[in-house]
Amino acid sequence: MTSKRLPSGGLIDRGTTVRFNFDGRSFTGHPGDTLASALLANGVRLVGRSFKYHRPRGIMTAGPEEPNALVELREGARREPNTKATEIELHDGLVSASQNRWPSLAFDLMSINGFAGPAISAGFYYKTFMWPKSFWEKLYEPLIRRAAGLGRAASQPDPDHYEAMHAHCDVLVVGSGAAGLAAARAAGEAGARVIICERDFVPGGGLLLSPADAAWRGDMVNALEAMPNVEILTRTNVFGYYDHNLLGAVERVSDHKAEPDQHEVRQRYRTFRAKQVVLATGASERLIAFPGNDRPGAMMAGAALTYLRRFGVVPGRNAVVFTNNDSAYETALALAEAGSGKVTLVDVRSQSALAAAMTARGIDVRLASEVAYFDGKTALVRRRGGAGGDKFVADLLCPSGGWNPNVQLASQSGAKPRWEATLASHVPGESVQAERSAGATKGIFGIGAAAYDGARAGREAAAAAGFAKAQDFALPERGPAEQPIAPFWEVKASGKSFVDLQHDVTAEDIRLAHREGFSHVEHAKRYTTHGMATDQGKLGSLVGSAILAEARGEPVEAVGVPTHRPYTMPVAFGALAGHASGAHFQPVRRTALNDWHLRNGAVMQPTGAWLRPFFYPKPGETGWEPIFREARAVRSSVGICDVSTLGKIDVQGPDAAAFLDRLYINTFSTLAVGKCRYGVMLREDGIVFDDGTTSRLAEDHFLVTTTTGNAAPVLEHMEFHAQTVWPELDVQFCSVTDQWAQVAVAGPKSRETLAAAVDGLDLSNEVFPFMGVGEGKIAGVPVRLFRISFSGELAYEIAVPSGHAETVWEAILAAGKPFGIVPYGLEAMSLMRVEKGHAAGPELNGQTTAADLGMGRMMKKSGDVIGRVLAGRPGLADPGRPRLVGIRPVDTNKRLRGGAHIVREPGSGTSMGWVSSVTQSIEHACWIGLAMVENGEALKNQRVFAVSPLHDESVEVTITSPHHVDPENLRVRA
Amino acid sequence: MHLIPCPYCGERPQDEFHYRGDATVKRPAPDAGEQAFYDYVYTRANPRGWHDEWWQHYAGCRQWIRVRRNTLTHAVAASAGPADALPEATP
Ligand SMILES: [Zn+2]
Repeated sequence: MTSKRLPSGGLIDRGTTVRFNFDGRSFTGHPGDTLASALLANGVRLVGRSFKYHRPRGIMTAGPEEPNALVELREGARREPNTKATEIELHDGLVSASQNRWPSLAFDLMSINGFAGPAISAGFYYKTFMWPKSFWEKLYEPLIRRAAGLGRAASQPDPDHYEAMHAHCDVLVVGSGAAGLAAARAAGEAGARVIICERDFVPGGGLLLSPADAAWRGDMVNALEAMPNVEILTRTNVFGYYDHNLLGAVERVSDHKAEPDQHEVRQRYRTFRAKQVVLATGASERLIAFPGNDRPGAMMAGAALTYLRRFGVVPGRNAVVFTNNDSAYETALALAEAGSGKVTLVDVRSQSALAAAMTARGIDVRLASEVAYFDGKTALVRRRGGAGGDKFVADLLCPSGGWNPNVQLASQSGAKPRWEATLASHVPGESVQAERSAGATKGIFGIGAAAYDGARAGREAAAAAGFAKAQDFALPERGPAEQPIAPFWEVKASGKSFVDLQHDVTAEDIRLAHREGFSHVEHAKRYTTHGMATDQGKLGSLVGSAILAEARGEPVEAVGVPTHRPYTMPVAFGALAGHASGAHFQPVRRTALNDWHLRNGAVMQPTGAWLRPFFYPKPGETGWEPIFREARAVRSSVGICDVSTLGKIDVQGPDAAAFLDRLYINTFSTLAVGKCRYGVMLREDGIVFDDGTTSRLAEDHFLVTTTTGNAAPVLEHMEFHAQTVWPELDVQFCSVTDQWAQVAVAGPKSRETLAAAVDGLDLSNEVFPFMGVGEGKIAGVPVRLFRISFSGELAYEIAVPSGHAETVWEAILAAGKPFGIVPYGLEAMSLMRVEKGHAAGPELNGQTTAADLGMGRMMKKSGDVIGRVLAGRPGLADPGRPRLVGIRPVDTNKRLRGGAHIVREPGSGTSMGWVSSVTQSIEHACWIGLAMVENGEALKNQRVFAVSPLHDESVEVTITSPHHVDPENLRVRA
Repeated sequence: MHLIPCPYCGERPQDEFHYRGDATVKRPAPDAGEQAFYDYVYTRANPRGWHDEWWQHYAGCRQWIRVRRNTLTHAVAASAGPADALPEATP
């Protein structure tokens, strides 16, 4: 236990103690701690095992770039894997556990992988597990699953709520360090509506590490809080920058509590549509590759400073700070001030004007030197590139390879990162969207300079958004210029030098990728998985690029870094889904008769967005029994069915008939008023789009019906052609699907039933024949009647204004009572439509032509029709194409399966087509089906086989007409 | 997510619109032949840069409109009703 809490200092509340649990052990911390700082304060050094080699790992950073300290947070249904201890706000009762260790963190059998290291090099998964195939299931997969698991997700449903919130603002500021606060203040003073987002639970960023600037930070936060046009959002991580200045974020509303308060959401998904954006996301310190740079005790220099200054924790006793730039000098000083042990500063640069001041504070400064080895207890420091060197006792090793501006959001917005040699890193390139970067994000370091730049960015953003008023406010002093950085990426010494700690990618792996031809940075990334872990390579991405560049013999800027894509940090699915989960996934559409169905015991079934009655079981009925009973009632007497979900489009205008003639392959201009006709429409490529009946209500007034699923696409198709292709046609249309409920009354007794219910319309066959359309009244409600049939029986459909649906439905039930009328559901309807051989969804599958469905002759002889020309292409007109047929099993005890292939002989590998729809028949007392079969017409009455390899079934079937009942179509005309 | 200026309703978010595709192709005359219809349905220039596209403001005025959009940057330069002209050139 070499790390410990200091008696004073930092932004923690020492007066309050909170208890938490890690790996079953109980610890204490203070409000203001993260889980990581509290673990360090308790001397916990080992927090996880690495992904591939199971090497022991400690806390490496103090932020979202953390590669090692991934923990399972909470228990039971709230267990969340792979959370970063550096990002978890400590709270009383917090329970956490380390991951990826077996059987325990301290004694991990899997670390033996470390000895087998060379076998698990880059490209290991691609190469090793290719052969032999039989080894996969028994050996490789179980091994990988045990060895390579990260944390475990909860196995129970998430008990928490999430919500979405969408905001507009003039200026969105991302980040609340010196630059972000100054930008928000400047824009706010100008009068702009400002939102400022901070990932952390305290605003301030780098200011939190500078006691000298604490007062200015406080003043700025107070001033912003007092401005009614400024909103400060803490615990809010902006994860993506999208088109037209839309940014996405997640606000962690109650993650800092053991569980959310009653009715409180856990996280809130937010979007911001901003006129102008200021990106003040700071910079991330980068790693140096050297042997042992992953050992517990290795901690980035900036992170060590954070633990000292913000959390009052000394992260080690004897420290070696290893740097190529000035920033780490502050860490060395702070360690010397706080610690009791020895502090050594190793700088790769041969000169440093700051060296004398360090020596005066007792710090051992080694210039032109490097760390060649670290094992957690000792560090080997030698002259750059030299041999030998001096061994230092060190339980803390703090590398600093320089700072990478956090250009991710700017890069996502379209601004290509630009190489900046003075930083040996990238800065945001020229803006594409209405955004500007400020402070360290732009490569401007130091609190005073960043604040000054932020104020400028905020003023400019406000002015661009139309708020030109400028108001000065106090800014911190700008410090002296730093000495130039010496670009430095890797210490060449034997041992594993990591560039990606979370995915265990070493410098040698990068060189291996290059040797094997994966030399492009995007290829090397995928081959080695460098930068693909949850930390997205924030520490070592550029180091990997530099090593690749050296292997390629090019400068690092020629290699670049992989493209930055959302998300900048892991985002929970729950936050993105918000309330749209379970029953709230999408709105449910209910017909006007829904309540009647529920009151009368219907089993309801979602079909698309609609909820429809499946069947109405009577007590004791099981399986197919209610379906058979309902269908038999229709075939022998009369049934009633809710068909309100049909799409209905009202079409009016002098050119309505001409328009429909172009839309459908058959003709509607010749349809008499008071009649309806079945129509088929094609897509322009010649494939069937939709079908349905269309009625002529007046010379210039039609009612089109569509299939339930195509109601919206058909309307858009009609609108596109009327508005853009034939604007000269005078025609208007409107969806009336919801305005009209529709019920089918079907069966040989349907006429007698309706005759007893309908006023004002003579239903006799002579006056109201098949395909007739008329108006009348039922129970005093005006209704439209259509003599059409889907079941193949004598049948009618009645359209009724939705608000009166139940009145009319009840009146028809009363009228049909003497005939034993029954309500029937979707299943009985489907059974009867397969018996009758009507094509439906499984046949209108986006691959079939009108000819394939036996409706080729419906195409009119002349005139412009959508799809006519391309339907004539040889491939679509080929008579050998699969055609709609019926099938029945030779052995009537055999079951048929939808999706089965039609073959000549069992075992044949040549498919002649497929079974599209099946049902048990009531007319034939066996399974029957519809199928699409090559040359189906010519194969009538022949025997073939329907095979379903999935079920290991092969059933001999006879090819028949698709019309399993009443092929002469006599019943519907009775 | 884009903001699309509907010539009838003003600037609205993309999720109120449905995308159809290339607005530079024109449906051929009914007797233009198979090749002309084939080109209308399938042959696309797929430009990298400015492109005129059909979008429908389906959750608004339900008008089909032409939108000049940059396929590379996703910038939107102009929009017009089906009978109206888009500007000759876009900088
Ligand atoms: Zn509109």
